[in-house]
Amino acid sequence: MLLVPCPWCGPRNASDLRYVGETSRRPDPASVTPAEWRAYLYDHANPAGPTTETWYCRGCRRFFVAERDTVTNVFTSSRPPGRQNPEEPR
Amino acid sequence: MSSGSRRLTPQAVEVIDRANSVGFTFDGRSYSGHPGDSIVSALLASGVTVFSRSYKYHRPRGVLTAGFHDPGCMMQVGDEPNVRGSHRLVEDGMVVSSQNRWPSLRFDVAAANHAVGRFLTAGFYYKTFIKPQPLWPAYEKILSRFAPGGRMSADSVHGRYDHRFAHPDVVVAGGGPAGMLAALAAAEAGATVMLVEEEHALGGHLRYEPSQHKDLATIVGRVAGHPNIEVLTDSVVTGRYDDNWVAICQRNHPGVFERLIKARAKVLVVAAGLVERPYVFAGNDKPGVMLSTAVRRLINLWAVKPGERAVVLTANTTGDAAVEDLERAGVAIAAVVDGRRGHTVVRARGPKTGVKSVELADGSTVEADLVVTAVGWTAPTSLLNMAGDRPRYDPAAARFFACDLPANVLATGGITGDGTLDQLAEHAQAVGREAARRSLTTRRQWQAARPWAASPQPETDDVSPQAIPDLPRHPHPEMFRSTSHGIVDFSEDVSSKDLVAAVAEGFNSIELAKRYTTATMGPTQGKLETVNAVAVVAEAIDRTIEDVGTTVWRPPYAPITLGALGGRSHEPTRYSPMQSWHQANGAKPLVAGQWIRPDHYGDPEAEVRNVRENVGIIDVTPLGKLDLRGPDVSRLLEQVYVNRWAKLGVGGVRYGVMCAEDGVVLDDGVTGRLADDRYLMTTTSSGAGTVWEWVENWLQTEHPDWRVVVTPMTTSYASMNVAGPKVRTLLERIVEDIDLSPDAFGYMNVRQGRIAGVDCFMWRIGFTGELSYEIHVPAGYGLDVWEAILEAGADLGIGAFGVEAQRIMRLEKGHFIVGQDTDGLMQGFSAGIDWLIKLDKDDFAGKPELTWQSQRTGDVRVVALQPVDGTVVPLEASQIVDGSGAIMGRVTSSRMSPTLGRSICLGVVAENLATAGSVVTIRLPDGDLVKARVMEHHAHFDPEGTRLRG
Repeated sequence: MLLVPCPWCGPRNASDLRYVGETSRRPDPASVTPAEWRAYLYDHANPAGPTTETWYCRGCRRFFVAERDTVTNVFTSSRPPGRQNPEEPR
Repeated sequence: MSSGSRRLTPQAVEVIDRANSVGFTFDGRSYSGHPGDSIVSALLASGVTVFSRSYKYHRPRGVLTAGFHDPGCMMQVGDEPNVRGSHRLVEDGMVVSSQNRWPSLRFDVAAANHAVGRFLTAGFYYKTFIKPQPLWPAYEKILSRFAPGGRMSADSVHGRYDHRFAHPDVVVAGGGPAGMLAALAAAEAGATVMLVEEEHALGGHLRYEPSQHKDLATIVGRVAGHPNIEVLTDSVVTGRYDDNWVAICQRNHPGVFERLIKARAKVLVVAAGLVERPYVFAGNDKPGVMLSTAVRRLINLWAVKPGERAVVLTANTTGDAAVEDLERAGVAIAAVVDGRRGHTVVRARGPKTGVKSVELADGSTVEADLVVTAVGWTAPTSLLNMAGDRPRYDPAAARFFACDLPANVLATGGITGDGTLDQLAEHAQAVGREAARRSLTTRRQWQAARPWAASPQPETDDVSPQAIPDLPRHPHPEMFRSTSHGIVDFSEDVSSKDLVAAVAEGFNSIELAKRYTTATMGPTQGKLETVNAVAVVAEAIDRTIEDVGTTVWRPPYAPITLGALGGRSHEPTRYSPMQSWHQANGAKPLVAGQWIRPDHYGDPEAEVRNVRENVGIIDVTPLGKLDLRGPDVSRLLEQVYVNRWAKLGVGGVRYGVMCAEDGVVLDDGVTGRLADDRYLMTTTSSGAGTVWEWVENWLQTEHPDWRVVVTPMTTSYASMNVAGPKVRTLLERIVEDIDLSPDAFGYMNVRQGRIAGVDCFMWRIGFTGELSYEIHVPAGYGLDVWEAILEAGADLGIGAFGVEAQRIMRLEKGHFIVGQDTDGLMQGFSAGIDWLIKLDKDDFAGKPELTWQSQRTGDVRVVALQPVDGTVVPLEASQIVDGSGAIMGRVTSSRMSPTLGRSICLGVVAENLATAGSVVTIRLPDGDLVKARVMEHHAHFDPEGTRLRG
């Protein structure tokens, strides 16, 4: 079982958390096209390699963003979600 | 099968307690043994040599390995099937029986399979029983008679199973000399160690090495005395998963049948030793053909004489040691065949139940009842495979070796190489020290990764990496198969001939031949047969073993019961504070998710009539409740609900529906504003957890700038709904600080005050369609308030009602239940909440999808239905069909209405059928078709809502 680095609780068993999905940016509902919205909902890159994903920790009830390599299952970082950088996916 | 006692005089390192005896039965006959005997050693000592029939040909099978994985010694013990008879210790009163025989071990009908064995080659079942297809059930019935394995009765009661979580620095898999020395070195370097041994005692092969007995006792004593080492015997590491999540099956924990230990090891040390490999030759599965380690174990541990006259095929020092053991035990050595000089055996001859003579490669025949083989080793690299390694074959040493391990996995002992005991000890100790160094570094990293840790531990990384010496590899002849064919997989009855035939049919890689023949797929899972299977296939396709490679070892390494995987149940059961009253008043319990709720108190239809005529009370404690505080709560509500919230004033309550981002209905409920910056949100009972996470998701990931604090209050409040025309009269008697008059406290409002002397929130809402108040009081006062309301309303005819009555009344009112009348694909407009969805809001969850849904036609709609014949109550989930029988929808809720005296339904239909007045056809489960009318309103009763607004 993966050991997932929660930024608040430290390393935790994956069963203590919920995998939310690849971190993606919610399109602007005012201007989005159906194709863009459905890509947001359903299309995932699912890369063999580094990916950015959102987790929810049931211990501290917080969401966070983590970088993981799906080939080695090594987490390289985790941080709180949010708009620190407008270019950064949330 | 029985030929008198084979028990030897006391042996130097025996593990049996001769001062005591235990009695047990095997296939109905009585036997005795000593404490410390395995079932098989006790039986063998009594002269029994046949323990089971083989899987396919039902050939008699005896001892092969005398250890856990002995394939011919699986037995039924009492109600427990598939017990490893060579491992399980015999106990007084045990009732043991053999498996795979019908009607008896002595006379087995299926052994006739052997007579037709030439028809039972690889793929026989696939080819023979597949056609004609309609006959398969008949084939299956007969074949299942011959299915391997024991039996258990449907009402068998087994002991408890359990789980344990452990966080050792180092797990050492294997308690032989290397494992013990590695564990000691790691423990002395400051690591906490879990040392796991499959057998009943530590020691590995040193246990049956009389000359090493003193040294072994010293090491075992040091291990036992070290506070950093936890020893688990009769336990096995069954798997290694991501980040060294190590599964350990513990079989001897007191009071527990089997326990699964989930250990998060910082470093895993694999010291699994070597498994002796059988030799493939004609007759190699006869009782009386044994491995050299089996013979050594039987003589030294259990003082059992394995035969009278032996032929020993030896290609290594273990075989040589077996010869010495046999001589000491008084077994005549008919011949020692030295594999190192190219000599070998070709065939074991004799009756089905044993060996009479052995044919050697030089053509001579030797009389013997025992054939002992020592032709080499299989490295049980299972755990290393699971860590990502692909072991490589070394022809010089005739076995596979690990080549590429991750940093958190180390290996030592025979799996790594050979050498003198001193060389192995040096290697194991270096591995142990290195395991400690790496695990302590990881421990510090994990501790520093906890942001709340006081301060990171001082870096004490001054221990430099330990140099781990290379172990030599001793040369060993490659001996897999003789010039004859024999059994490769003893569990699955796969012969070398079968593998050759499979290759000839085109299954010419080990992975294909394995699946076609099922070699390596039986209970021993490759430990005995993988390398021989690879060797036979390699020979058949004229490649080297190195080229063919090995099959992938997957978890579990050793069998584990489903009970151990399940462990004990940790699923909580929730009761409301009023549960004792429900129980005392005859409530029929209803399982609703984690909650147990009163379904009814005897007569749900009478409960409905009482609410419609007088007044009733229902326990709605499971309703999800979220306390929302902060200046931005109304922005949050606008975001998660499809309807509008900005103008909800203090004291107001509003019904809302939530949709997910795909526009699908997620949850519904009412939310009230208690103060400027304080709201109470209610959710469906089953959706409470989901909605809490959903709301947090919006606040944390999309709008971290919004100031809202969410506190789940579901179990903090006891909740009850009091409904019926007489409810106001009742509540006026016990409510203080709230003006209940319709003008002061109108429909869809919330007030705070006191009821029966207890602080409460009170909402005027109406799921039942009657004038009703939902009252929330602190959970600890729930029962008091409940009883006070019942007492105050006794003269008004108050009665409790359950979930069933509430479901009938909400159906009379046409309120849908999310998840019952809607499903995982139904978007908002299909639920018939067009009036609620405000597409002119800037944003809300699911808005784009709902916008597009509003612009298209052809979706389904939730409608109210009334069967034309009001006495027919269609079963829920009945299909709605058109003239051609095509499915046009389904009935989602259906009840007989006590209020209207007719059946009423909610259903989902195609949009073109959703017009009021159209008549649809419902197909009942028995195939009958009934007509039903689509109604104008969802509400069957009081569509104007005059009763609840009263």
